[in-house]
Amino acid sequence: MVRLDGLTKRYGSFTAVNGIDLAVPRGMIFGFLGPNGAGKTTTIRMMAGALLPTSGRILIAGDDLALQPERAKSRIGYIPDRPYLYEKLSGIEFLRFVAGLWGRGGEATEERAQRFLDLFNLSQWQEELIESYSHGMRQKLLITSALIHQPEVIVVDEPMVGLDPRSARILKDLFRTYVGNGGTVFLSSHTLEVAEVLCDILAIIHEGSIIARGTMEELRAQADSGEAHLEEIFLKVTGGEDAAEIMASLRDGTGA
Amino acid sequence: MTAPSARDPGLAWLLRPKVKGRLNRARTDEGRLFKGFVLGGASLFFWALIFLIIWRMLLYFRNTQGIGDLLAGKLLGLALLTFLGILLLSNVITSLSTFFLSQDLELLMAAPVDRLKVYGARLVETMVNSSWMVVLLAVPLFLAYGFTYRAGSAFYVLVVGVVVPFLVLPAVTGTALTLMLVNVFPARRTRDLLALVGLFTAAGIMALLRFLRPERLVRPEEFRDLVDFMAVLRTPSSVWLPSEWATSALMSYLNGYFDPFPLLLLLSTAAAFIVGGAWLHQRFHPVGFSRAQEGSHLRQGRVRSRLVERLLMRADSQTRELVVKEVRVFFRDSTQWSQLILLGVLVVVYVYNIKVLPLYTGERVSFLLINTVSFLNLGLAGFVVAAIAARFVFPAMSVEGRMMWLLRSAPLDVRRLFWSKYWVGTIPLLLVSLPLIVVTNLILEVTPFIFVLSTATMAMATFALTALALGFGALYPSYESDNVAEIPTSFGGLLFMMTAVSYLAGVIVLEAWPVYAFLSASFRGEPPRNLVDAPLVLGMAGAATLTALAIVLPLKAGVRRVEELDLL
Repeated sequence: MVRLDGLTKRYGSFTAVNGIDLAVPRGMIFGFLGPNGAGKTTTIRMMAGALLPTSGRILIAGDDLALQPERAKSRIGYIPDRPYLYEKLSGIEFLRFVAGLWGRGGEATEERAQRFLDLFNLSQWQEELIESYSHGMRQKLLITSALIHQPEVIVVDEPMVGLDPRSARILKDLFRTYVGNGGTVFLSSHTLEVAEVLCDILAIIHEGSIIARGTMEELRAQADSGEAHLEEIFLKVTGGEDAAEIMASLRDGTGA
Repeated sequence: MTAPSARDPGLAWLLRPKVKGRLNRARTDEGRLFKGFVLGGASLFFWALIFLIIWRMLLYFRNTQGIGDLLAGKLLGLALLTFLGILLLSNVITSLSTFFLSQDLELLMAAPVDRLKVYGARLVETMVNSSWMVVLLAVPLFLAYGFTYRAGSAFYVLVVGVVVPFLVLPAVTGTALTLMLVNVFPARRTRDLLALVGLFTAAGIMALLRFLRPERLVRPEEFRDLVDFMAVLRTPSSVWLPSEWATSALMSYLNGYFDPFPLLLLLSTAAAFIVGGAWLHQRFHPVGFSRAQEGSHLRQGRVRSRLVERLLMRADSQTRELVVKEVRVFFRDSTQWSQLILLGVLVVVYVYNIKVLPLYTGERVSFLLINTVSFLNLGLAGFVVAAIAARFVFPAMSVEGRMMWLLRSAPLDVRRLFWSKYWVGTIPLLLVSLPLIVVTNLILEVTPFIFVLSTATMAMATFALTALALGFGALYPSYESDNVAEIPTSFGGLLFMMTAVSYLAGVIVLEAWPVYAFLSASFRGEPPRNLVDAPLVLGMAGAATLTALAIVLPLKAGVRRVEELDLL
């Protein structure tokens, strides 16, 4: 469903994403993990069409994002990590606007919008201007806007940030149902517990390159980690174990 | 754990992020040499122009025996009074963001920093942000006075001594006014309120200044007798106004009998105001800041939205939603739509100026003069339209900055986005430009030829100016700017205005030939048709080609720029 071929992004002499190759089949939740500054958000923004790759290809259901941008984008629902929205539109107006951009409208879209607004407890706020929304409400509106046009792929950067436990649970269930119906989710997250429970396949990116990929079992095997949790595997492959030593020396120094 | 030895950060420390931020931005700005060159050149040109105009006026005044110095003082008083009004308004609006809405305030309020130091730092920031443009404008003004009166370097030291408290007073007053308003209304409502009050005031001052016709001061024959005229000149606008104190301090020095009292009054009042302002801040800011965090729940304009939706019923969903969104966002943002009031006054003042032009001095002369003026009116009216386009169309792409993630990830052709914005800009501009040219032509009673030519040209120019504004706005965007009104004052805005003026000059030069042929034929009493045809066709074809280029090139470049945009 999603294929990245030699995807590279350079900023001057700095390479943020270094020729990554990935294939995500339909009906899967794909977790994209990595430490800060590893290249996750850059990759996701390139997939959403917000950032142009220096080289490489992004294929969405066979459509090249560079050559057939509108066809490819019409299949994607994008949830960015920072919920910037039109402050002067009401929640429902924003949803209609997004639906219109994807060429959707009419009764069916209205009903769908209402269902999502109800699901996320936003119905009573739908007529209020977005400028009065809390961070969590914005995040929920953003998620709704990505789902309103029934995309085939959801590309999401840090989906759980700002969500209350109820909404986080709803989102997890929503993603599961969505992939069960043939959709695909490509998500990046720092919340490893969520990724471990939710994702069917995982990839770990470090300094712009993929350093491990596969199911949880395959990752354990790659990291030679027995029954370890994702957190331990992650620390092992990204060199995070060094941090434990630094922490120990800090404790010695401060007497903490 | 032992508490760290806290050293209370001083005023300079609090201002450091702003100063450092500006320096870093300037240092990392690509093409800063080119920008510096263009901006420096343009500033020098305007400085020289202002200096020359004021200097010439002052020389003329000085040659008027007896009343020359009074006239010079009156002019300075008027200029400083205008500055004071602008400064007060600007400080009120700026302090709303520096003291209440700015994003870094949360950090500052959470930090263990002395509230008085926060007040000091924010006051300096407010004053600098609100006053820099007035200070730049004042430089050639004071230089012209210094030159005319052959004042020595002590005059310029005095100027600095006068200007600093003169800037402090409206800064403290404006900040205190905002503080009081925010304590009564939530800040976001206050912003709406202030935008309205401010604009009505500005519009009122503009209209009042114009309708008072200050040019009559240099035409004493319009007064009943000399005593009346002298009385007007000698009366200060108000002894309570700092502009009057500043004028007295400076003029007394220039006239050779320096009176220190007005300067001391300025300095002591400024000092007292700072103390008063600091007390008010201590007392009322915490509550006001807390209220400022409240959001607005206002939703309005359903009828207007429905009307636009109905008008665009046949359009595809993307175009319809983009246009409806543009209209909604514009009319719900009071800092945006309220500028229409100022625009209205600008148009009225412009029409009024045309109406009071002293053109009817003799029959033969009048014919040439009126038609020439009405042709040149095209350039001036075009300039007004360019200024409006700079304010409303130029920021159109910049305001999408934070929403570009959505527009870029949607299956939306960037050209469609541009077209929506282009028509949303062009139609209202046509509604301003065409009545403007038609009404002024009717007032001037021009010939049908000039009427048709200028109206057609104005329609063409409106299409071109909107495209230029939109294109330049996309080429030189300010995606991070929170204040829409600031966007046109950027480097790109200046480039747009320069290009717009060049375009208008080009059109006028191309059309000058047919107009000249027509006017000279009419003046000689010859039938104009045969003479006009060839120049008219060539001139209009040239102007049309220039217009087509001015529409296509900036839009194409803008579309390309947005398509290639990397969103970090």
